[in-house]
Amino acid sequence: MTAFAPPARTGPPPAATREARGGVLPWLAVPALVIFVGFGVIPLIGVLFLSFTSWDGLGEIHLSGLTSWRAVLADPGLPHALWVTFLVMAASWAFQTPASILIGVFLAGRQRYRAVLAVVFFIPLLLSQAAIAIAYKALLDPNFGLGAGLHIDLLSQDWLGRPVLAFSTVIFVVSWQFIPFHSLIYQGGARQIPDSMYEAAELDGAGRVRKFFSITLPQLKYTIITSSTLMVVGSLTFFDLIFVLTAGGPGDATRVLALDMYKRGFQANLMGPASAIAVILVLVGLALALLLRRLGGRNPDASQLEGA
Amino acid sequence: MSVTQTTKREPTATSGTHRRPQGRSGERPNWLGAAVSWLWLAVVIVPIYWIVITSFKAQSTYYASNPLAPPSEPTLANYKMVIESDFPLYFLNSLIVTIGAVVPAVAVAFMAAYAIVRGGAGRFLRGVNSLFLMGLAIPLQATIIPVYLIIIRLHLYDSLMGLILPSIAFAIPLSVLVLSNFIRDVPKELFESMRLDGASEVTTLWRLAFPLTRPAVVTVTIYNALTIWNGFLLPLILTQSPDKRTLPLALWSFQGQFSVNVPAVLASVVLTSLPILILYVVGRRQLLSGLTAGFSK
Repeated sequence: MTAFAPPARTGPPPAATREARGGVLPWLAVPALVIFVGFGVIPLIGVLFLSFTSWDGLGEIHLSGLTSWRAVLADPGLPHALWVTFLVMAASWAFQTPASILIGVFLAGRQRYRAVLAVVFFIPLLLSQAAIAIAYKALLDPNFGLGAGLHIDLLSQDWLGRPVLAFSTVIFVVSWQFIPFHSLIYQGGARQIPDSMYEAAELDGAGRVRKFFSITLPQLKYTIITSSTLMVVGSLTFFDLIFVLTAGGPGDATRVLALDMYKRGFQANLMGPASAIAVILVLVGLALALLLRRLGGRNPDASQLEGA
Repeated sequence: MSVTQTTKREPTATSGTHRRPQGRSGERPNWLGAAVSWLWLAVVIVPIYWIVITSFKAQSTYYASNPLAPPSEPTLANYKMVIESDFPLYFLNSLIVTIGAVVPAVAVAFMAAYAIVRGGAGRFLRGVNSLFLMGLAIPLQATIIPVYLIIIRLHLYDSLMGLILPSIAFAIPLSVLVLSNFIRDVPKELFESMRLDGASEVTTLWRLAFPLTRPAVVTVTIYNALTIWNGFLLPLILTQSPDKRTLPLALWSFQGQFSVNVPAVLASVVLTSLPILILYVVGRRQLLSGLTAGFSK
């Protein structure tokens, strides 16, 4: 490990700090910077560059101007992938958020149930998306899965073979994995709401529902923003799960942007168009992050308390 | 963990200041929350239960038996079959990649976080900090094609090292953010007294900042380890030969090969998840705080 070698003594720091003895400090950031630039920043610039080239993933890379972009933008596959990505984002948000808030607030409140609930509840978070997708594929199999074994027709449908069902299944499996995570975030947020606010509301005669909507929800505002940001930006990267579960199918019913990028790049060997999709993915991600930050009005990572 | 908590409901007025608002006096139970929580618990448990019991069933009896009944004659044959198809090797690969990426990632992130907190006024370090913050907002999967190109050009394609390097880079932004938040909480006076004692920055980092922020280091380590252990995209794209596979990828190809043998596929799912589940049992609280690192502070 290069960690504790003192590179500091050997040369001048790359930039002067205002601290007199700050000479060592910038050097400490250099290893992280080098690796992050090498495999984070350069690829980010590289993907923009590659979107103006044609490359099959093996041979030479040729500059090809706007060819890739023209191909991608003219392809009806792009609006479709954008639409599916948006649907996945919206549906997984709409399903997970109310459930996570309810569960999180509940878990924050009652010691008795919590210990029992918590142990199993969080297991889905620990499993790899590949493992979850594989298990669900077996579980949902119309012939050999759980529904077929129980002889319940309602459960033994062709879950992954029909567009709407496959889409719903993806949303369900995503929620299965992530509702515990978001509940955990809401649990943390709900615990920071001071008792005094509820007591004051009780004195004013507010009931449970009223307190939930007048205190809990508004106080959870920043938690909601944090959780929603993670859900929304995270939904752009649901690659593993969808790739293993449906591979984008049936047809292209669940072909989200990330999958579209992979299929164009690594299956059709069209790295130029795939890079253009990647650029779009980055732009969508950045736009969403900025939008949600704007909605929050300030840094959502900061204290989640307001007016306490 | 906090199971020792008594179940009696105290009015908050008499409880300590750190007490939770639970059990406000005269409160009716939160039926809706309870119903949704228990329902979702069932939704979580049933598939897990099914996976585990099915993995102990023989393939021949699987189709005939009630899928939710425990196996009448539990068998380890599926596990034997999975282990014999090179899973120990994939396990080792996963272990090498995870340790090989997490240890350097946390070390360099800690040094960077220390530098950013201690020398954050400098222009260079401010720039470094904003660069890492930007990295948080970008879906790093989108950079996978250039990463693939770079790994090929470095002649690291189809090697574990080729998986380790990008994994370190992807882990850095969040690690630096979380660690610097914690280093910032170390009282300034302590740094000052170290300085008066003539300690260098490296000594201060190692002797003061590191021990005082150890819980955060553990948290970040766990979070990164879990992410890398479960990683699928990098091995999918950056490796080719079977002997370089990590567990999630091996799982996927195993499933492709034996998809008819549901019990064996599920045994492979259980086996690959087992190390994490054992860790979970050992250190549940640390693991959970690791999962929400930086989001629920």
